[in-house]
Amino acid sequence: MILIDTILQGVMLGGLYALFALGLSLTFGVMRLVNLAHGDLILLGSYIILTLAGSLYLPPLIAALVALPIMFVLGWALQRFLLNHALHDDILPPLIVTFGLSILIQNGLLAIFTADSRRLSLGGIEAQSFAVGPLNIGVLPLMTLLAAVLVVLLLNFVFFKTALGRAFRATSDDATTLTLMGRDTRRVFAIATGIALVVAGVAAFFLATRASINPSIGPARLIFAFEAVIIGGLGSFWGTLIGGIILGVAQTLGGSIDPEFQVLAGHLVFIAILFLRPRGLFPRAFD
Amino acid sequence: MKRRTILKGIAAGAMTSGLGLPALAKGVKVKIGYVRPETGPLAGFTGADDFVLSNFANSSTAMGLDIEIITRDSQSSPSRAGDVAAELIIDEEVSMMIVGGAPETNNPVATICESEGVPCISTLSPWQAYFIARQANPADPSTWKPFDYGFHFFWGLEDVVGVFTKMWQKLDTNKKVGFLFANDADGLAWADPNNGLPPVMNQLGYDIVDLGRHKVLNDDFTNFVNAFKQQDVDVVTGTMIPPDFITFWNQAQQQGYKPKMATVGKGLLYPQDVAAVGPAAHNLSCEVWWAPSFPFSSSLNGMSAADYAASFTDATGRPWTQVLGFVHALLEVAADTVKRAGDPTDPDSLTEAVAATNLDTIVGNVAWPGASAPPFAAPNVTRTPVAGGQWRVGDDGSLDLVIVENSDHPMIPKAGDIEPLN
Repeated sequence: MILIDTILQGVMLGGLYALFALGLSLTFGVMRLVNLAHGDLILLGSYIILTLAGSLYLPPLIAALVALPIMFVLGWALQRFLLNHALHDDILPPLIVTFGLSILIQNGLLAIFTADSRRLSLGGIEAQSFAVGPLNIGVLPLMTLLAAVLVVLLLNFVFFKTALGRAFRATSDDATTLTLMGRDTRRVFAIATGIALVVAGVAAFFLATRASINPSIGPARLIFAFEAVIIGGLGSFWGTLIGGIILGVAQTLGGSIDPEFQVLAGHLVFIAILFLRPRGLFPRAFD
Repeated sequence: MKRRTILKGIAAGAMTSGLGLPALAKGVKVKIGYVRPETGPLAGFTGADDFVLSNFANSSTAMGLDIEIITRDSQSSPSRAGDVAAELIIDEEVSMMIVGGAPETNNPVATICESEGVPCISTLSPWQAYFIARQANPADPSTWKPFDYGFHFFWGLEDVVGVFTKMWQKLDTNKKVGFLFANDADGLAWADPNNGLPPVMNQLGYDIVDLGRHKVLNDDFTNFVNAFKQQDVDVVTGTMIPPDFITFWNQAQQQGYKPKMATVGKGLLYPQDVAAVGPAAHNLSCEVWWAPSFPFSSSLNGMSAADYAASFTDATGRPWTQVLGFVHALLEVAADTVKRAGDPTDPDSLTEAVAATNLDTIVGNVAWPGASAPPFAAPNVTRTPVAGGQWRVGDDGSLDLVIVENSDHPMIPKAGDIEPLN
C-alpha cells in the first residue's frame, strides 16, 4: 500500500513539475528559446499574486486570475523589447540574456520584497486531504495536477484549433518560410512568450501556496522542468505532462529507497530515456 | 616614513586632546571590514543590517569613536566571500574584520584574515562549524590547532542538543525521534553520529528513525511521512529551511500523521518564516538564542533586548529576528576592541585587544578565552546562551515565541510550559 501511495504522490508531484515545464515547452517548442529565467519569472508571478492579494485584499484565487493578464503583458513586452533582439541563428545570446535576466529578477525581488519568507495562504486547504480507500489524497497536490491537465488541454486547443496555433506550429516548423508568407515571426514570438508567462502565472500560484517562497528559490526547479520537457519530447504538451509525471514518480520511488537517492533517481531516468529515445517520448517537431 | 608611523604620529597628536577615552581610539579613523551575504539564499542573515548599522553609526559617534564599517556582499558564495575579504584587507586596508552569515560566509573570511594577519570577529554559526570544520583534519582531534586571528562567539551543537532533549523529556512520548536533517553543512553536522545529536540521544534512551539526509528545497517528503507514521514516531526534529518544513508539514497533515512534537532548528527562527506555516505552526518548537525577553542590554546604547527589538520594529515595520541581537553584538565587540586597543589601526594591537575581550553585550557575556568552550578551542571560541522556545499562534493569527526551557541558563526567564502539538 505504501508503494501505491508513493507512486500516487509522485504522479501529483509530476503535476507540479509539468506546470513549471509547460511554459518552457512552449517557448522552446516555438522559438527554440532556452529561457533560463523561467524559474525566476514564475517566482516573479508569485510575488505579483502575493502583492495583489496583500494590497488589494483579493482572495488568493482571484488575485491569481488578475495576475494572469499582467503576466501575459509582461511576457509579450519581454519578448518584443528584449528577447527578440537576442534571437538569431546563434543560440548563445538568448542563453546569456535570459541568464542575466534571472539574476536581475532575483536581485530586484530581493531589493523590493527582502529575503523574508512569504506565502499565499489558502486558509487551511493546504493541509486537507480526502481518503480513497486506505490512501489519503492531498487536496492541493490534486489541484496542482488537475491544473496541469487543464493547461495542457487549453494549450492544445490554442495550438491545434486556432489560427494563432497554426502560426505557432508553422513558426516551429519553418520560421523562414513563414516570414516569406508575410507573417511577422517576431509578433508570433511575442504572443507565444505572453502565453508562456500566463502558464508561468498558474505555476506561480501553486508555488506560492504549497510552501513559502523567497527571492532565491526561482532556479531550483528549472532543471526538473527542462528534464520534463526533454523526456516528453519537443512540441508535445501531453509529452511534457507525462515527462513531469515520470520524473515525479522516479523521485518519490527513489526517495523511498534512500532520501539521498531521490533527486538522483529522477536524473537517472532522464538519462535512460535520453539514451533509449534521444528525441523524447512524444516528439512532434523535427529538427 | 611608513604609513603606520604616520598614523601613529597623528594618533599621538590626537591623544593630547584626550577626552576620557583610553589610549588612541579617540579621533583616529578605524576601518573595519564587514563581509555579509546581502544577496542570495543567505540574505536572511542581513535582513536587519540597515537598521543595526545606522544605529551603530549614531552610538559610536556619540561615544567619540571614528569607526568606518566598509561592507562587501558575499552574494552567498563562499568563494566570493573570500575574494571580497582579501579585497577589503588589501585595497581598503581595513584593520579588523567582522562577519556573521553562516559557515559559508564566516569560514572563508576567517581563513583569509588568518593568513593576512587581520583579526576577524565572527558569529552566527555553531562553533563546531567554525572551529572544527576549518581544521586541516577535522576527523582527528589530536591535530586541531587554535587560530591566531579568529574570534568567534555563538553557541555549539552541545547547547542545542541539550535544549532539544530537555524539551522532549518534559513531555510524555514513546522516545522515538524522526530525523529530518537536510543535506547541507548544518544538517550533516547536527546529525553527525559522533559529534552531533545521536550520541546524546542514545545516552538518554531515544530511538532514532533516520532515513538519511534530504535535498535542500525538496518537493516531496512522502517517504519520511510514511516511515514516521508506520513506526509511530512521536517527535520529529531536523534543520530545515522554511519552504522544506512547510512542504513536509503539509504532507504530514494530508496523510494524517500527527507527532507530539516538532522541534526544528534553523528553519523556524523568524516570525515571518513561522507565519508562512499558518495556524499549523501552533506549538512548533525551536532553539532560541536571542529574544526580546533575554535579560541583557547593549554596551553601545544601553538599550535592553526588549527596547532594541521594539525600536527595530518601529523603524522598519518588521518583526524582530534572532539575528538582530547578534549583528548588534558583533558591532559591540568590535567597538569595544577599538576602544581598548593600544593602536586601533594596527591589526596586531587589535588582535591583542580582542583576545582579552570581556564584554556584556545584548546577547550575553562575550569573553575570550571562552570559559565554557572546550580548552582546545577556548582562545578562539566563546559560547552564548541558548534556550528552547515554542511558537504560540493567537486567535488573531499573531505569533509569540514563548520560552519554555531554560534549565541551562536560568537567568533567561521562562514564559510558559511546554505543550504537545495536539
